[in-house]
Amino acid sequence: MSGSSTYIPKSGLARWFESRLPIIGLIHSSFIVFPTPRNLNYWWTFGGILTFMLVAQIATGVVLVMHYTPEVTLAFASVEHIMRNVNYGWLIRYAHANGASMFFIAVYIHMLRGLYYGSYKAPREVLWIIGVIIYLLMMATGFMGYVLPWGQMSFWGATVITSLFSAIPFVGDTITTWLWGGFAVDNPTLNRFFSLHYLLPFMIAGVVVLHIWALHVPGSNNPAGLDVKTPKDTLPFHPYFTIKDGFGLACFLIFFSWFVFYVPNYLGHADNYIEANPMQTPAHIVPEWYYLPFYAILRSIPSKLGGVIAMFGAILVFAFLPWLDTSRVRSAAYRPVYRFFFWVFVACVLLLGYIGSRPPEGGAVLAGRLLTAYYFIYFLVILPLIGLFETPRELPASIADAVLGKQGAVSTEAVTH
Amino acid sequence: MSLFNSGKGRGKSWVPGILAAGLLFSVSCISAFAVDEPKVTAEVPSPLAAEPAQSEGGHPVPPRQQWSFAGPFGKYDRAQLQRGFQVFREVCSNCHSAKFLAFRNLADPGGPHFSEAQVKALAATYKVKDGPNDAGEMFERPGRPSDYFPWVFANPQAAVSALGALPPDMSVLAKARTYQRGFPLFLLDPIIQYQEHGADYIYALLNGYTHPDDPSWNEFMPGHKIGMPKPLSDGLVAYTDGAPQTAEQYAKDVTAYLMWMAEPKLEDRKKYGFRVIAFLIVFAGMLYFVKRRVWSDVHGH
Repeated sequence: MSGSSTYIPKSGLARWFESRLPIIGLIHSSFIVFPTPRNLNYWWTFGGILTFMLVAQIATGVVLVMHYTPEVTLAFASVEHIMRNVNYGWLIRYAHANGASMFFIAVYIHMLRGLYYGSYKAPREVLWIIGVIIYLLMMATGFMGYVLPWGQMSFWGATVITSLFSAIPFVGDTITTWLWGGFAVDNPTLNRFFSLHYLLPFMIAGVVVLHIWALHVPGSNNPAGLDVKTPKDTLPFHPYFTIKDGFGLACFLIFFSWFVFYVPNYLGHADNYIEANPMQTPAHIVPEWYYLPFYAILRSIPSKLGGVIAMFGAILVFAFLPWLDTSRVRSAAYRPVYRFFFWVFVACVLLLGYIGSRPPEGGAVLAGRLLTAYYFIYFLVILPLIGLFETPRELPASIADAVLGKQGAVSTEAVTH
Repeated sequence: MSLFNSGKGRGKSWVPGILAAGLLFSVSCISAFAVDEPKVTAEVPSPLAAEPAQSEGGHPVPPRQQWSFAGPFGKYDRAQLQRGFQVFREVCSNCHSAKFLAFRNLADPGGPHFSEAQVKALAATYKVKDGPNDAGEMFERPGRPSDYFPWVFANPQAAVSALGALPPDMSVLAKARTYQRGFPLFLLDPIIQYQEHGADYIYALLNGYTHPDDPSWNEFMPGHKIGMPKPLSDGLVAYTDGAPQTAEQYAKDVTAYLMWMAEPKLEDRKKYGFRVIAFLIVFAGMLYFVKRRVWSDVHGH
């Protein structure tokens, strides 16, 4: 994925194979000698962590499917069967359920890193848009996965979210019926969600390959936001970044394990341990935590169609980020005004998440509307304007300069040459 | 310097992070030892002794109880689970089902751990519908350990007709109930490993019949209207191990039992959790030093 390979096969067999399928050379050029900016910090380890989480979710998911039954009268019982009778079933299910949350925690950090360091700017626009597509696929996958245990929140969450499509003018009801496979969320809905929940992760895996491909054309962005100019600015991916990513992943796994083994139900809802009952609506229907900011935006708009448009718009606006941000400087480290508004935006999203978890009454409604307004003003007004008026700090001459300082760059030169 | 530090001093900024994680882990472990000693015959103060705190919604917050199964080294108290099962069998199961409980589960390690013989004898006291036999007839036979716990009602409609409402299935009830912790306590819960919300709620509810003239009033039920009449009273169940035969003790024991029914692999989970996290901390530490070694030749200092 990075042009011609420097891989030289050593054995005769390897030469024979390489001349027929140069995949070892591809791996060698992409993940061994791939030139990587030397100043990447630990926020760059989340790409590797996300790849690990995707594989972990597919692996645990495949085992869960061996014991799960996608049928409305049996689904809840089959999940309890996994928890009680399957060897280590509790571990596999808790790892999968919490794994989804960990996947989203990692992807949010990954996205915020991209936002902070301007990783979406030229020449990485396509890489960024592919990332937005992965995020959309993740949201669909996570939503359908939460329906499968067929608890109360599964059922009512599915009902609320699929009903959103009925807001589409003229064809809304037809589309909703088509999504449900009937006139309400029922067995056909569960069956198709199960089918799609199994399919989408493999589509994500495919798009992740495109994401890495698009990454390896310009190479990684970096905390200084500077282009790579000389070989001094980079280090080979292996061993420098394999070991750094490995350490980051191990730390992330400690965090992950804490949830799986000690508070496995913290990120879920108690109501989902009640079997789905179409005759009884729960007091508060709340989506999974990772959708809460968007749920808050949905509820902040007084019209149903307007809410749906705002919610999807809040996600799709990310795809236009490369053109909404008018600054030519990438990294927020050199953009004091942008940095301030970035952190206000982070606080805004966290608060929206909290509002989304509350019943829509009293001050929560007003707060939700103000925060929704800031969310869109940030993207559509603040970002384009900052780029025009902000005076960025002076940029270092090169990545090596940014890391080592002028003198350091010289001394490294002395060491390496 | 912002949270996203750029370049300089990379790597080292994670050392405090790991130390903090390790410290947090040890503190939780130690506090669990210190606080959660199993108390078989604990004198439980009535939750009604003090005026319960009010949550945002105006509902009283269930007082937090000490449970033997809380914390990173939490374990169920066998004697308590056995007493709790007795309360469940003699009182709760007259109305409630527990459809995911098989008799054999009662002999599982990490649970009430009755002997195989006890479970066999217990199962045999129940009549289980089976069939059809070779003549095409359904028939009743004595229960076996592999059978699931039978419900006194033939179907939900029969239960509603007899009781006026459907009593919830008890298999996962302790995980299906909770209460709002509110901001900022909900952020603290995963750190201090507080996850016994359901148990605290059920225990408070069982002791929450505070209006003697109104049997359907419950202090802790959302809306305060409860379909279930006060189920427990002093001396109702005859314990054989000398534990106090009070409504509070019954409530405590049956709540612990309900938690086990909802989360039967809790002991295994916490046991493996300690091993996995201890391994990962050591492993991450080793990776950190390898990383430092690998990077030592490219740092300018």
